[in-house]
Amino acid sequence: MESNWPVLSLLIWLPIIGGALVAALGQQKASQARILSLLVSLLTLALSVTLFTDFDRDTAAMQFVERQPWIDAFRIEYFLGVDGFSMPLILLTTFFGVLVVIASWEVIRSRVHQYMASFLVMEGLMVGVFSALDGLLFYVFFEAMLIPMFLVIGMWGGPRRVYATIKFFLYTFLGSVFMLVGLIYLYLQSGSWSIPDWHQLPLGGQAQTWLFLGFLAAFSVKIPMWPVHTWLPDAHVEAPTGGSVILAAIMLKIGGYGFIRFSLPITPDASSQLDWLIIALSLIAVVYIGFVALVQQDMKKLIAYSSISHMGFVTLGLFIAFGIFRNSSDPQGAALGVEGAMVQMISHGFVSGALFLCVGVLYDRLHSRMIRDYGGVANSMPWFAFFAVLFFMANSGLPGTSGFVGEFMVILASFKANFWYAFLTGLNLVLGAAYSLWLVKRVIFGDVGSTEVAELQDINRREALVLTTLAAAVLLVGLWPAPLVDVMHASVAELLVHIQQSKLPVMGAVSAGI
Amino acid sequence: MSVETTLLLIPLLPLAAAIIAGLLRAQVGRAGAHWLTIIGVAVAFVLSAWVLYQQVFEGLGSLNYSVYTWMISDGIRFEVGFLVDHLTSLMMCVVTFVSLMVHVYTVGYMSEDPGYQRFFSYIALFTFSMLMLVMSNNFLQLFFGWEAVGLVSYLLIGFWYKRESAIFANLKAFLVNRVGDFGFLLGIAGILYATGSLDYAEVFAQAPEIAGQTYSILPGMEWQLITVICVCLFIGAMGKSAQAPLHVWLPDSMEGPTPISALIHAATMVTAGIFMVARMSPLFELSDAALSFVMLTGAFTALAMGLIGIVQNDIKRVIAYSTLSQLGYMTVALGVSAYSAAIFHLMTHAFFKALLFLGAGSVIIALHHQQDMRFMGGLRKHMPITWLTAWVGTLALVGFPLLSGFYSKDAIIEAVAESHRFGSSLAYWAVLLGVLVTSFYSFRLLYLVFHGKPRYTVDHEAGDHPPDGVLQHEPHESPWVVTVPLVLLAIPSVVIGYFTIDPVLFGGWLDDAITVLPQNDVLAELGQHFHGGMAMALHAFGTAPFWLMIAGFVLATVIYRLQPALADRLKSRMPGLHRLLENKYYWDELYQSLFVKRAVQLGQGLWEKADAGLIDGLLVNGSARLVSNVAARVRLWQSGYLFQYAFAMILGLIGILAVWVVV
Repeated sequence: MESNWPVLSLLIWLPIIGGALVAALGQQKASQARILSLLVSLLTLALSVTLFTDFDRDTAAMQFVERQPWIDAFRIEYFLGVDGFSMPLILLTTFFGVLVVIASWEVIRSRVHQYMASFLVMEGLMVGVFSALDGLLFYVFFEAMLIPMFLVIGMWGGPRRVYATIKFFLYTFLGSVFMLVGLIYLYLQSGSWSIPDWHQLPLGGQAQTWLFLGFLAAFSVKIPMWPVHTWLPDAHVEAPTGGSVILAAIMLKIGGYGFIRFSLPITPDASSQLDWLIIALSLIAVVYIGFVALVQQDMKKLIAYSSISHMGFVTLGLFIAFGIFRNSSDPQGAALGVEGAMVQMISHGFVSGALFLCVGVLYDRLHSRMIRDYGGVANSMPWFAFFAVLFFMANSGLPGTSGFVGEFMVILASFKANFWYAFLTGLNLVLGAAYSLWLVKRVIFGDVGSTEVAELQDINRREALVLTTLAAAVLLVGLWPAPLVDVMHASVAELLVHIQQSKLPVMGAVSAGI
Repeated sequence: MSVETTLLLIPLLPLAAAIIAGLLRAQVGRAGAHWLTIIGVAVAFVLSAWVLYQQVFEGLGSLNYSVYTWMISDGIRFEVGFLVDHLTSLMMCVVTFVSLMVHVYTVGYMSEDPGYQRFFSYIALFTFSMLMLVMSNNFLQLFFGWEAVGLVSYLLIGFWYKRESAIFANLKAFLVNRVGDFGFLLGIAGILYATGSLDYAEVFAQAPEIAGQTYSILPGMEWQLITVICVCLFIGAMGKSAQAPLHVWLPDSMEGPTPISALIHAATMVTAGIFMVARMSPLFELSDAALSFVMLTGAFTALAMGLIGIVQNDIKRVIAYSTLSQLGYMTVALGVSAYSAAIFHLMTHAFFKALLFLGAGSVIIALHHQQDMRFMGGLRKHMPITWLTAWVGTLALVGFPLLSGFYSKDAIIEAVAESHRFGSSLAYWAVLLGVLVTSFYSFRLLYLVFHGKPRYTVDHEAGDHPPDGVLQHEPHESPWVVTVPLVLLAIPSVVIGYFTIDPVLFGGWLDDAITVLPQNDVLAELGQHFHGGMAMALHAFGTAPFWLMIAGFVLATVIYRLQPALADRLKSRMPGLHRLLENKYYWDELYQSLFVKRAVQLGQGLWEKADAGLIDGLLVNGSARLVSNVAARVRLWQSGYLFQYAFAMILGLIGILAVWVVV
């Protein structure tokens, strides 16, 4: 579908230009900076809703397409479009774009204009990542997005922010360099930067394997997968609340999205051959990280580890399809796994975002993230306790909340591939509840831990607004996920048909491949 | 009003009441909270009773329909929908009736608690969740309700969240239940794997086809798929219905306020597992192995947990162990394919066990939250209504002829005797001995609480927090909001068995929900000897269970009424046995050292050794260190002295020349 007006461009450039304007306001006009940021993000959110309402659920083709030559010499294009995978993720991004502005309203006092501007620019760049259909354009957004996040952690972060930012930057940068090599190789092979063209490009076995590993380097760091996950806890701990929220809610999803957009369709044969690797790492993530989360003393670290564990469901859900195709003639379960992975990403966005906001609420009051400094918070902050228990329950996959839906789908699907996949992921039912609710026991419940806790003020209207919005989202997806999964069906079906067709060149016909 | 609307209103009214009472606390006030929830649950009860009446007397058939489509993915329809047959409508009535009684009772019991409105909100939310569970027509919603009742149970056990013991107990309860739910979820995944559907009707229709299939969990080992599924599902039931070895959470759940011990941890939620297995009878019937497992688990729980009840001093814990034991009886009944008998006992037990718990609660408030029976005694003359209803509940529990518990328990014991399932003779002895044990601990409780001399003293100047055994005021009978529910529960505890045994067990009244293969149908065998409730009661005087019950009564009377010193002497005679029972077979200690400590150690080890040590220490920061070390060395060369650079150039030049000359 060709769009009449460039919605995607607006969604990218509106927040970026808005961000520039906010930054230009200068340090003195903090309240104007806040209001302008809020207006820009609200307008972006409102615009993005049209993506959902005008979306054609019956086609897997790219929609809202915009295509202009950009750097003709290298055939690089300004090529945008969305399908059932990227559209929900863009909505998630614009949704959090608003929430982060509200959540930081009076919490950030120094250099408000730069802080708000960073988030607006980041929002635009992330929408760019999800909508870019030109490989190099994607890469530009993918890398550029790191800069505002780097600044946010580096300038408004905690005491070890320098270590955390460098670790974060080097980790992700190192990963994406390998991807860049892959992208250039694809350009040389196909003579085009168009990702949809690459999906159709026949590739030899060895070439696919190298490409797959290159993509894996970039996306496994991003999502992150075990064992390249150790940057995440450090980044979260040092990041200000808003940074943690965007990092957990949106940035991690770019890793999952990358697997869907690049690894699976471009290198289906390598994906099929190396699915055991992804599955093994996913299962390690779910179980191993579950145990590690159990012993964390720092609330943000605990939630960060919990995120890694939950992302294990995403990578597992995406890659069990091959096992199901091999095992039986009945492919039921493959689509369930992929859609489960998508739902898990959206849901984890809501839940982890909400959890980091909850920790932020406490941190703003007591300036500690340590579990031992709290205890009995429910006594002085009953409304906060209500929200925190709800979100931690969602984190432990309680039915009726969004946290249940994706995990449920992936576990059901993985039983189809192998009993032990289902068994090991199912352990998260116990582990997730253990680390989530043990934290609740030590922080929220119990007798009042200290005089500081006794004097805590319950959440104010602004905080209540943010948490209520997220609670509504978590419950809506939990009680009625149909609208969310309906938009994916066509794209998922297409992807699954696509990955079953080998892209290996027929013997002797094409001399592609290394 | 159409039937569909009625059915929708039944769960939604308590839900609406729960939301309003919980979130609009300031607006509705205390009275508003209890009136809203009581009316919501009362209307739900009346409507449930109407549905039951329509089905029994007006020929309303069973209903099975979808309320809304939760999601469609991969061609699988995930629905929220209702299946209302006789089994469902019976459960709906039991749940809403006990819930209503507990709501009314709570007005008195919790009157001085600051969390009054929160409590009403929770119990109304529980009623909604439990109704969704029993009314479900598919596995998704079943799991939904299953976990939702677990959530409310968690919130209510930890209701007094300042108490360390309460928030320990609720975490434990939730986690142990999650272990069960883990099995349950695998079972559901197995169902989807085998049938491609989660709808009861579609799954049951395909059940015979699953029967022949095998499934390989470990390479080289082929299992009956149906057995794998049923065992997994039953693990879920073991969590929720507290069967050994997943029973450890239930005694601790007594940390919650007494009304919820009656509602959730005796009458309704803990029976969800029993209900579930009965609902799944078309599947369980196909696996003799799974049913044997079910039966033996139940038999062990029935006897072993009853024995612990003998040595408990906390009045609520005695009843809690009694609940475990009775749930064991129900499970045994399921295991011998006497599903109707299990449901029948579930129903009678709901009434008399709720009665006993609420009676215990009445005693506890009279004694200002004293739960230790060693500081009770002689309450008979102060609390006549509580005393009388406690006797009624006890007689029903021990199975005194003509009372409700007699019919349901005797039916189970007879059914086990008739069964030819592997291990059934072992189970028979367990349930038979269990009668003696039940009778003994029950009468012991009655004597210690209501009879003999008071073991507390009254001191009007004792202050607000007197030591154990000292009261500020004479105990007195509880207010009417407490005693009326006691009386209303006592009535069905007496009569419900006599009036319903024939239709429920032998009249095929549950046949629209329960499937029993002809070769397993022990209840049909029993039915041939059944000549009405009166004849069964008269016949009982010549049977072993009756005399075992009498023996328990006599023993308890001698030890706790006539020769009070005897109890201590017995205790010192058998110190090993007493210690074993007092420590509940050391189950908690075992789990603590085997799982809890190990899990934390493992997490700590993985975090410190693997994450921080290996990945971060060696690989990430190690490579960074390597780079900086190399850089530090190399940097020395950039000294800035011209003569060093010149010297290096000359060396280089010589080197190049040398290579050129040699080659």
